Amino acid sequence: MRFIPHTEEERREMLRVIGVERIGDLFVDVPEAYRFPPLNLPEPLTELEVRWELEALAEANIHTGQYACFLGAGAYRHFIPAVIDELLRRGEFYTAYTPYQPEVSQGTLQAMFEFQSMICALTGMEVANASHYDGSSALAEAVLMALRLTRGERPKVLLFPTIHPEYRAVVHTYVQHLDVRLEGESGWTLDQLRRPLLLLEELEARLDAETAALVIPYPDFLGRVLPPSRLRETADRVHQAGALLIAVVNPIALALFEPPGNWGADIVVGEGQPLGIPLSFGGPYLGIMATRMAFVRQLPGRIVGETVDLEGRRGYVLTLSTREQHIRREKATSNITTNVGLMALAATIYLSVMGKHGLRQVASLCYHKAHYLAERIASLPGYEVWREHPFFHEFVVRTPRPVAEINRILYEDYQILGGYDLGQADPALAGHMLLCATEMNTREEVDALVEALGEIGPAREG
Amino acid sequence: MPEPLIFEYSVPGRRGVEMPEPDVPEAPFPEGFLREDLPLPEVSEVDVVRHFLRLSQMNYGVDKGFYPLGSCTMKYNPKINEEMARLPGFAQLHPYQDLETVQGALALMYHLQEFLKEIGGFAAVSLQPAAGSQGELAGILMIRAYHRDRGEGKKRIKMLIPDSAHGTNPASSAMAGLRVVNIPSDRRGNIDLDALRRECDETVAGLMITNPNTLGLFDENLMEAIELVHRCGGLIYGDGANMNALMGICKPGEMGFDVMHYNLHKTFSTPHGGGGPGAGPVGASERLAPYLPGPIVAIDRERTVRPDEPVYTLVWPERSIGRVRAFHGHFGVFVRAYTYIRMHGPRLREVSEAAVLNANYLLARLRGIYPVPYDRLCKHEFVIMGRVPGTSVRALDISKRLMDYGFHPPTNYFPLIVPEALMIEPTETESKATLDAFAEAMRRIAEEARSDPQRVQQAPHTTPVRRLDEARAARQLILRYLPASEPRPAPAQV
Repeated sequence: MRFIPHTEEERREMLRVIGVERIGDLFVDVPEAYRFPPLNLPEPLTELEVRWELEALAEANIHTGQYACFLGAGAYRHFIPAVIDELLRRGEFYTAYTPYQPEVSQGTLQAMFEFQSMICALTGMEVANASHYDGSSALAEAVLMALRLTRGERPKVLLFPTIHPEYRAVVHTYVQHLDVRLEGESGWTLDQLRRPLLLLEELEARLDAETAALVIPYPDFLGRVLPPSRLRETADRVHQAGALLIAVVNPIALALFEPPGNWGADIVVGEGQPLGIPLSFGGPYLGIMATRMAFVRQLPGRIVGETVDLEGRRGYVLTLSTREQHIRREKATSNITTNVGLMALAATIYLSVMGKHGLRQVASLCYHKAHYLAERIASLPGYEVWREHPFFHEFVVRTPRPVAEINRILYEDYQILGGYDLGQADPALAGHMLLCATEMNTREEVDALVEALGEIGPAREG
Repeated sequence: MPEPLIFEYSVPGRRGVEMPEPDVPEAPFPEGFLREDLPLPEVSEVDVVRHFLRLSQMNYGVDKGFYPLGSCTMKYNPKINEEMARLPGFAQLHPYQDLETVQGALALMYHLQEFLKEIGGFAAVSLQPAAGSQGELAGILMIRAYHRDRGEGKKRIKMLIPDSAHGTNPASSAMAGLRVVNIPSDRRGNIDLDALRRECDETVAGLMITNPNTLGLFDENLMEAIELVHRCGGLIYGDGANMNALMGICKPGEMGFDVMHYNLHKTFSTPHGGGGPGAGPVGASERLAPYLPGPIVAIDRERTVRPDEPVYTLVWPERSIGRVRAFHGHFGVFVRAYTYIRMHGPRLREVSEAAVLNANYLLARLRGIYPVPYDRLCKHEFVIMGRVPGTSVRALDISKRLMDYGFHPPTNYFPLIVPEALMIEPTETESKATLDAFAEAMRRIAEEARSDPQRVQQAPHTTPVRRLDEARAARQLILRYLPASEPRPAPAQV
């Protein structure tokens, strides 16, 4: 059998040493009625055959390398330099486990320390953990963290309505049996959703002694960036109310915009996928989580710290593990153990090789291309672009026909993967499309999309 | 020689990757929005490659050698898995593409769900959870939702957890708002049935069982325990971390487990990645299937014209606990696990048989050298005590000394019920020669403990760093790179 090295003779010798006659004797403790059930699975394939099968499955998809793609909505197509995968495929990295034994895990540990450092640099925060599963679960954990930091005395959490809808859904899942009220996220009209500063005021008005946290997206799900100067006021109001400010960020946007640490966020979470991680149909991605040093003992997940060895050499270890489940069990800050270490490594290599200059270039290219696309669509009859607030690389377009219909024509007739249908996220946003452009979209692609949208236009019949 | 931090290679103005100039007109940036400084390293591509390559060389992975980390199933990760996950038709799919354009990906997920159902004996599977611990949380939320729908949500708030359980079990239960009650183990390492019986009442939400348990033992009281809990209205959660012992050996779903998570990164050969990504799909019995986290993949009966060409879609179980993460789960991990299962098929049973054979063989080789607290047939792993009579050598010392012999240490100090525990899981992919070499190293360490205890107690001697001062790391918290201009924190007073 592939991957099992024993010869028949070795197996016999091993059974003899154990003192049993046959393999089946090793399972006499399994209740007989249930022992050795048939496994109704397809017959095994060789490596060559399995490759054929998987290649056929992969080819049954249309991928973003084939068609121009303008989908974002929380998962972004960015340039991934060749060095990243080259290094990720070092067996010493990807076939290791959580670095419980630091003497033989310095590679992982130091890389995680560098990751934490870079996340702090991007977010303007003082401490980051070594990753969470993804942006949505990081947000859920941040909400739980805020509840702990307010000692469970404040059951209310305010969620900004234009946080990624699936992130909000995950928060609901996590708190469904706890004494927590989530408020502020739904029931808004199209007109209100179009005015983020008004939404901000509305949410600030709901801050009270019951509130544990206010969660603000930056940029929001619709691509808009709230003014950092205004958010500074929000932070003051949140803190005056004795609550915490949680920011949900896109790390690439932070190469341009004032980081949340500068405007007063207490906890910053986000999706790290744009940092060198392939789209891969939605995962594995990278949850980012950072906070202030004052809150480090309530930060969930692995944290790497610097120390010295017996001979005084610098080295790295997992630290503050008394927060964690394997020590604290039901009193732990979280149940998390396996996170997404390899994705964090990818982001670390990405941020190293892009560096200060490259990352700014990427963010600027995204900004310019999205704005060029927005401006061109705005001139098309029948389409209306939301442009009254600054946005990063995504924006909302009201379309003259149902979004699903336009998207179908785009991929069937133009080989373009169109935008996200916002009606799926909120019925108030039906008939609106969320479009994204990154450095991967050439001017030709952008122009082709604009031309296609122009040709599709309003429905002809009627 | 220690490797500098990547920040310490930074030189102002040095560039790594250059991006193209904009091919569109530049839009003005809004005023008052921009950051001034971006303190990332400025290094060249060569700096980056050499730095991370050197870091990798300071790591130990399965590709380097034997990694018998108990309860983690550090088996060999087939290289074909990696190639398949990187096929552009998988790696370059956006999660929000129209479902018509991703039928191959959905087919793969559908079949993986079916395979896992068959292996675990469950009615339905959701692939959503990102890791075992998230699968646990999902499973416990399902149990809570089930009781709530029967009007017993407020009453059934007690989760029974054996003292040999992984720490995630109580932590996940607490996250779901349940009260944790510890159930002790009996003298043979099984769930203590008398203690269990005392706790079985109308407040029980469920019992979390790891089987084989963390002692590596198949619980001899399993069927009675399941029966007791079911009789008082509780449900059974299975921690599937140890499924590598059971494929084709027995099906938890057939034995009365109501919900169980699988660890694709343990049992199904997807790499551990230095701490993830994993994946923790959840399987459920008929009565819990409606509560699974969504979405899951199903055949779209309406749009399927020919049965041999099914059309796949995403659906929500009718009473779903909701989403546990954005998008569709760790798809890249699913590709690897699918590849592995397709290469084994029904012969997965041989995987479990060989895993159990290896563990029992290694146990036989170590018996007599180290104390074995629960000495009976083990499954895929076993626990010994890291003690050498007549010496003060501890499990930690033995673990560190194993590094000098070229091995990764076993899990140590777990399970908590065994003092100086060394929990050893060889997995099926190791040869007899490797097991013999490990047993020989363990024998020599026991000898050294008597003849040269200092050598053992100061180990390791050959690793990139020696033993590290963990207490200092916790006292003087340095958790990120501090440029020379920033003061280093003073050690906290204890």
